Amino acid sequence: MKKTDTGITKWLLIGISFLFIFVMLVLPLFTVITEAFRNGWAAYQEAVTDEYTVKATLLTLEATFFAVLFNTIFGLFAAWAVTKFRFRGKKILTTLIDIPVTVSPIIAGLIFVLTFGRQSAIYPILQKMDIDIVFAVPGIVLATIFVTFPFISRELIPVLEAQGTDEEEAAALMGEKWSGIFRKITFPHIKWAFLYGIVLCTARAMGEFGAVSVLSGHLRGKTNTLPLHVEILFNEFKYVPAFAVSSILVLIAIVILVIRSMIEYIGKRNGEDVR
Amino acid sequence: MRRSGKRVIPGFGLSMGVTLTMVSLIVVIPLASLVVFTAKLSPAEIWATITRERVLASFKVSFLTAFIASLINAVMGVILAWVLVRYDFPLKRLLDGLIELPFAMPTAVAGIALTSLTSDKGLIGQLFARIGVKIAYTRIGITVALVFIGIPFVVRAVQPVLEKLDPTYEEAAGSMGASRARIFRSVILPEILPATMTGFGLAFGRCLGEYGSVVFIAGNKPFETEITPLIIMSELQEYDYASASAIALVILAAAFLILFFVNLIQARNSKILGR
Amino acid sequence: MNKFVRSALAAAVAGVTLLTGCASGAGSDSASNDSGSEKVTITNVSYDPTRELYAAYNEIFAKHWKELKGQDVEVTQSHGGSGKQALEVANGLEADVVTLALEYDVNAVRDAGLIEDGWVDEFDKDSSPYTSTIVFLVRKGNPKNIHDWDDIVKEGVGVITPNPKTSGGARWNYLAAWAFAEKQFGNDEEQVKDFMKKLFANVLVLDSGARGSTTTFVENGQGDVLLAWENEAYLSIQDHPDEYEIITPSISILAQPSVAIVDSVVDKRGTREVATEYLNYLYSDEAQRLAGQNYYRPSNPDILNEFSDTFDLHLSLVTIDDFGGWDAAQEKHFADGGVFDQIYEQQ
Repeated sequence: MKKTDTGITKWLLIGISFLFIFVMLVLPLFTVITEAFRNGWAAYQEAVTDEYTVKATLLTLEATFFAVLFNTIFGLFAAWAVTKFRFRGKKILTTLIDIPVTVSPIIAGLIFVLTFGRQSAIYPILQKMDIDIVFAVPGIVLATIFVTFPFISRELIPVLEAQGTDEEEAAALMGEKWSGIFRKITFPHIKWAFLYGIVLCTARAMGEFGAVSVLSGHLRGKTNTLPLHVEILFNEFKYVPAFAVSSILVLIAIVILVIRSMIEYIGKRNGEDVR
Repeated sequence: MRRSGKRVIPGFGLSMGVTLTMVSLIVVIPLASLVVFTAKLSPAEIWATITRERVLASFKVSFLTAFIASLINAVMGVILAWVLVRYDFPLKRLLDGLIELPFAMPTAVAGIALTSLTSDKGLIGQLFARIGVKIAYTRIGITVALVFIGIPFVVRAVQPVLEKLDPTYEEAAGSMGASRARIFRSVILPEILPATMTGFGLAFGRCLGEYGSVVFIAGNKPFETEITPLIIMSELQEYDYASASAIALVILAAAFLILFFVNLIQARNSKILGR
Repeated sequence: MNKFVRSALAAAVAGVTLLTGCASGAGSDSASNDSGSEKVTITNVSYDPTRELYAAYNEIFAKHWKELKGQDVEVTQSHGGSGKQALEVANGLEADVVTLALEYDVNAVRDAGLIEDGWVDEFDKDSSPYTSTIVFLVRKGNPKNIHDWDDIVKEGVGVITPNPKTSGGARWNYLAAWAFAEKQFGNDEEQVKDFMKKLFANVLVLDSGARGSTTTFVENGQGDVLLAWENEAYLSIQDHPDEYEIITPSISILAQPSVAIVDSVVDKRGTREVATEYLNYLYSDEAQRLAGQNYYRPSNPDILNEFSDTFDLHLSLVTIDDFGGWDAAQEKHFADGGVFDQIYEQQ
């Protein structure tokens, strides 16, 4: 890739970036890690191998998996619908898709409690069918889907928007089917944005705290996700174990980011236009 | 402007169907219950609730800090995206990989870590305390937490667009003798502005509702550092769903308007650019 | 239009069912519990700092129940802010028993129609098997010379307390201070309010919960005095024995955490017998001692005396009844536009 800048501007901008990221991200991260190990390795090990920590980790992974799956399907369809066609109310639709990001997590949890909880009209029906949503795993999955709802579509839409519809139209006029157009023309354009979206969605799904907190009921070993487990430890005056458990989340996040980097690297090696 | 009624690209029905179903399932129906609960109050009561002095003060705190934080993130986000896309330098992958961390860290953990860093006994807080600036437990502290929360939005919105941007335009402009600042302003900025606005809008909305990280760093003093989500939380503590929903709706409506506006700009921009 | 609504609803139900189906593998087990079966499971929804207490208590109770009925019992715990926990039970969190920070929160569950009226008298001592009170935590050596409530309203003293609006526990702090001022100034409410205003003018950080306040005071070094529940103050001392000391003021409030059976849940699940015994056994000598070891004041006076080394038993304590009960106190002090709001609005 061509460099358009040299010398001072380049290094100034890089310097600013590093300083900003160091102060805003690395230092807090560093705080988490040092606090996690404040009482030594043994205490750390004990905290992260605790039965409830393990259960919370599994639940977090489960909720994350379903949220990413759901939002992937949604993201692809929504981005296609929004960028490849003209229709009335498009702006309202895209705004609705974005809304969950901006809804206070507390409210996000609250609306599901209101919709599916005891005060709601469908609660008796759910009871009769023996379906637990609030204060059970499905509620946690729902909340996670909600807070990460636009993450994948949001990554895809600007790229598809910039790419335009000419190529697809040409292909369609040549008689190509929907799936073929998507596979051969659209997908190569959005591959990397799609990957970003999944990474973003995964990271956010794992870390979600507020909404899940309202919906979980905090049943130990049953409906506690990792962030909730952190909260509980913190509230139990277990400052250091709380940070130890947080470090698991940070670790998983780093693993995901490394995997993404590797995929990108492979793509680059194969001569694709990644960066 | 409007094209002929027939759509060339196939798949409209299916993708719209899936999109609308999922949007209504995850967003519209749950949010509607918020409106239903607010409707338990009369308009006069709603007005009285949202214009209480303390609530108004919290709106001011929330909007001001969210706006400043998103502005900082918009500027830093563009710089970061630029640096990551256009330059090669050591530790680039690391810098790139760190961007999503704010999502993966549970907000409460981030809040606790940031507070311990920026209180007047903390690593960063000490430095600023020497020049008489308090960070933690002031509005500056709230802004810091919100900057942390909002980092990924603008970077990840701008990055894919910058990657798609063809440097030959810039080179052409450069060879015709345009200054770098001019190239940036007239060639690059128009291209990335819609994405920047989107990122800004999302970050702003997210910051408006943020609770977990802010409560630890804010100090939560009424009229000074009390954010709106905290007021919502205290209404819930008093089992006052209707008031909580009413105040939440104000925040929600603000977020909706901002996002709608941003989407409008994005749509208009693609039209102007002839896409 | 109607058709649209109906199809949207149908889609919603279908999607939800799908989700439930996908996720029910690790979902909550809704197994019914008839007391004849081998193992019975009950859920105890409690508030934040009782985890150690109930972790220990659940063990001795399991032993007790096994001896009594020959049946295994497993207790699932849930901890969180007291008000929030009450709200969740009211919204359908299936708790067989609630053990919350204050009567007001249990009343909220009652108001949702889940607990029958008169629950306060169901168990001894107003259904409070253990109590606590509000004390001061100060830095070692007590550099600001704080001994009583009037010391913390002095200029230059930094106070840390959670927000009474968001933290049920913090309402005890507020009321304890009010009780002192009322005793000091008689019934002159203006002066009492003035005192409270001075107190909250000294508050540096108003965290949303008790734990947040402790972090602010202990980990981040803010302020000179932390208003805390006695048991939480002892936990801080335990963690940092050489850095803090506890000061007991001349007057404080008897904080009575309340326990209750959630009637509609135990009737549905057939767990009334074990749930009742679970709460009853909290009054046994063994459980009372356990409470004492966890820095809660046992409600049995004999056992309380065994802990006279730990607790200051000469402290004069007011109760919530002196404020006309929780509903009255809530209405007057903490409701929107109440005294607490006025304290800040006039500043």
